[in-house]
Amino acid sequence: MAKDIAINGDAAVALAWKQIDPDVCAAYPITPQTIIVEKFAEYVSNGEVSTEFVCVESEHSALTLCVTATSAGARTFTATASQGLAYMWEMMPIASSMRVPLIMAVANRAVSGPININNDHGDVMSARDTGWVSLFAENVQEAYDMSIIAPRICEHHEVQLPGLVNLDGFILTHAIERITPLDEKDVKKFVGEYKPLYPLLDVKNPISHNLMDGPLFYFPHKYQTVLGMEKAYKVAKDVLEDFGKLSGRKYKILEEYKCEDADCIAIVLGSSFGTMKEAVDQLRKEGKKVGVAMPRLYRPWPIAEIAKLLKGKKTVIVMDRHLSLGAYGPMFPEVVAAALENDTMPKMYNYIYGLGGVDTMVSDFVDVFREAGSGKAKRINFVGVKE
Amino acid sequence: MANMANYKDLTIGDRMLEAGSSEKFHTGDWRSLAPSVDMEKCINCLTCWIYCPDESVLVEDGKLKGMKMSHCKGCGICAKVCPKKAITMKEE
Repeated sequence: MAKDIAINGDAAVALAWKQIDPDVCAAYPITPQTIIVEKFAEYVSNGEVSTEFVCVESEHSALTLCVTATSAGARTFTATASQGLAYMWEMMPIASSMRVPLIMAVANRAVSGPININNDHGDVMSARDTGWVSLFAENVQEAYDMSIIAPRICEHHEVQLPGLVNLDGFILTHAIERITPLDEKDVKKFVGEYKPLYPLLDVKNPISHNLMDGPLFYFPHKYQTVLGMEKAYKVAKDVLEDFGKLSGRKYKILEEYKCEDADCIAIVLGSSFGTMKEAVDQLRKEGKKVGVAMPRLYRPWPIAEIAKLLKGKKTVIVMDRHLSLGAYGPMFPEVVAAALENDTMPKMYNYIYGLGGVDTMVSDFVDVFREAGSGKAKRINFVGVKE
Repeated sequence: MANMANYKDLTIGDRMLEAGSSEKFHTGDWRSLAPSVDMEKCINCLTCWIYCPDESVLVEDGKLKGMKMSHCKGCGICAKVCPKKAITMKEE
């Protein structure tokens, strides 16, 4: 095991990819992702990786290049945030439909407008339905670890889907934390050699990718992607377990903190999981039976794990750092739908928090638990918004 | 209900695992007008052969032999470019 280092989230993602040494990287700078690609470009410039680094004129071109490079047979990675992800959107469902297992780090940032560079989950949630496997990180260590885990899940020959590694903009991307990286040889061994299925550059076996589908073919092809997602769910469990054996860091598809005997639980994504654990600890000292959980795997959505978590709970709080304007936060209806698997429904409340980077503190989450626990919460609540 | 393809019969990621497969896709089905050549007027300049987007103009020993209708979509470009007005588009 390598020595502990102090590193920010972006640089940790770049370090993971340096250790993986992909064939191709194309990206376009955007705050707060920029450090990932800057650091990686340094590795390329210093000859520390053998990656073909392609400078492109936009995120749209970056993702287009990555999709085609992956279909040609290359292990490929890119990174973006916010408007960059929005600009890539057109290519995102094409990547999943072409079943190319490229990996993208997303330094989660609010989507304009108003123009804002700070953290929320508006970027990744607006691209939620594009068929990418999606992993979330609570801290810098996890941002590094998920970068190594993602290719193993996505490149599995029965999965073959593109994957996102989400890390909260600034809160993780620019925060220096202590992490324990793996040895480079262990990373390379864990990720393994990339063995593409039907690469375009196999000139002895000429084939075509990304053809047109009429209605009688489009829908069955989408159904194949559904099955690929189902497989990703199973593969993710195995890969997380393998990673635990290698690193000692045991991750689960659904991370739980003090949920087992809790009456009231919250579900949250990303760095706020850590903040909410502290809020749980404070309330536990008062004897309140509270807990918090984070879906590490957001796509495929872990319905069975969520349903099991909700069983017998009195109150469930869904924290969303994005809002489908005119409806709910994106995760709330999905948690409610998972609850339908059980015989009884808990009381369920949606809290929208931290949009555009509003700091949400331990005390704010304590208040959320108190309000929801008292039964005085509305169905949808906006943390800290003054009326 | 529409008779959709079975997903098990389709390649993952919509890949065509052979080359030159468009030969099998008979786009001639789309046609409503078909080119008709008046061989009396034709001077074998082969302008139609150059312009045809579907390689549907058949040529042998440098001479126009006719039209291959399996892929002719009936676009009418051949009739438009023919300098002798030897090709006319007719309903089939």
